[in-house]
Amino acid sequence: MFEIRLHSRGGQGGVTAAKLMALAAFRDGKYATAAPFYGAERRGAPIVSFIRIDDKPIKIYSQIHNPDLVVVLDPSIIDLVNVFDGLKPDGKVLINATEVPAKAAGYKVSLVDLTGIALKINLIVAGSPILNTPVIGALAKMGLFSRESASAAIKEMFSDERNYQAALMAFEELV
Amino acid sequence: MLTISTGNNAVAAAVRQAIPAVVAAYPITPQTEIVEQIANYVTNGSLKSKYIPVESEHSAMAACIGASITGIRTFTATSSHGLLYMHEMVNWAAGARLPIVMANVNRALGPGWNVWAEHTDSLQARDTGWLQVYVATVQEAYDATIMAFRIAEDRRVYLPVMINLDGFSLSHITQQLEESEIGDFIPPLMLDHAIDTKAPAGYGCMTPSTDYFRIRYDIERSMRDSVAVIRETEDAFATKFGRKYSWTENYRCEDAEVLVLSMGTLGKEAEVAVDILRDEGVKAGAMRVRWIRPFPELDLGDRELVVIDRNYSFGFGGILASSIRAKTGRQCYNVIAGIGGQEVTYNDIAGFIRNRRIGEETWFGVDA
Repeated sequence: MFEIRLHSRGGQGGVTAAKLMALAAFRDGKYATAAPFYGAERRGAPIVSFIRIDDKPIKIYSQIHNPDLVVVLDPSIIDLVNVFDGLKPDGKVLINATEVPAKAAGYKVSLVDLTGIALKINLIVAGSPILNTPVIGALAKMGLFSRESASAAIKEMFSDERNYQAALMAFEELV
Repeated sequence: MLTISTGNNAVAAAVRQAIPAVVAAYPITPQTEIVEQIANYVTNGSLKSKYIPVESEHSAMAACIGASITGIRTFTATSSHGLLYMHEMVNWAAGARLPIVMANVNRALGPGWNVWAEHTDSLQARDTGWLQVYVATVQEAYDATIMAFRIAEDRRVYLPVMINLDGFSLSHITQQLEESEIGDFIPPLMLDHAIDTKAPAGYGCMTPSTDYFRIRYDIERSMRDSVAVIRETEDAFATKFGRKYSWTENYRCEDAEVLVLSMGTLGKEAEVAVDILRDEGVKAGAMRVRWIRPFPELDLGDRELVVIDRNYSFGFGGILASSIRAKTGRQCYNVIAGIGGQEVTYNDIAGFIRNRRIGEETWFGVDA
């Protein structure tokens, strides 16, 4: 089983990103669950979602304590929450940033400028850049699911072509 | 069609297949996306129902009662405080023998203010005459909702059915879902005691004790008859759609020496705990109780019992454990866990089984 913990802020689309990840994995023929952890929902509050991907049905509903991958949609959360808590020794981190945050030193960090991508193509809703579709492109590049399934998932959930375009840009940008 | 869905949307998708003539619901907190999605279906024309947004859960059930008594199919959904607020009408629906179907998203009751999973809300309605089933996967939420209409509307039952799904842990999780065209799986509703709207008439409604007593007895008789109807319906569902359900979901129980019993999503998590214990050489099995009304005959043998209750009856004990003791005369180790959405992992459940103290009760994370 591959376990992903996604950190974001309310309003950034973390819940939808988790759902897209599950859908892309599902389109790869895998079993997947996406479970957002709800608290007092409000814009800007740190929120966390749990995504599991496996070859067999997933029976676990509890939170992910030892993730294989941590995804951080807003790097400022790193100062508030220990996003690396319980990360497996060989676990990876994907951060929406242009430089590695100080606290991330020593971890296997990949960076992608999701905010920059969204702003570049004007993928903005209610004043906020949309991060949930570009992050799917970055995760496809990391091998979480196939590029085809990522594309299918985005097109299934969004009709605006810019979502797919943003994912493609993130896919190409991530080294 | 194979897709992914939340528990909430799976219930809505099942309701779209059942095509109730009326859906009445209070659309605001603590309501869930179930009725939001149904409202979407009605708006986009993919569900031909009359959708009535009402000003309270009490009115939601009252509207369902008023519609159902004319002999048409009805549905509503609620959660936690909403279910409590409609409690008077919940009793009325069963007493009037109306086959209303309701989904309840199990959430804790305030105060303190808490929105997470717990079964105390619906278990407070267990003596109302409603049939109650507790589900553990998105697929099961869908399947149980479809079956609920057929069971409720069966002439041998004519009682309302409540489908219960754990707040957030099931209502909001995304899993895979196979949606089925149900065809004629739910026969058209023929309500023998429907009022005649073409010849409306009112009679004195006072019911003397002798008749009232009989009416109550009839509810219990139908509740007992519902056992056969549930079995038939679940068998027919398995034949038609290939997914088999029963009173309990049993996992590695055949040769088990200790059973962990629970309801809802904790029952799935318990299966992972059983695998861990089996690897340690402990012959454990998991039994997830699906129906709480009517209460099932449980095949427990002489195995040791660990019962997890995500609920509590103050001054008495965990409700599932109490029910099992009362029904079978067996002692158990009762773990009160998961209340108010308390995090309970498969490792925790494995610990409950390893450290069982038969005859005792423990509040997980509170008791020393």
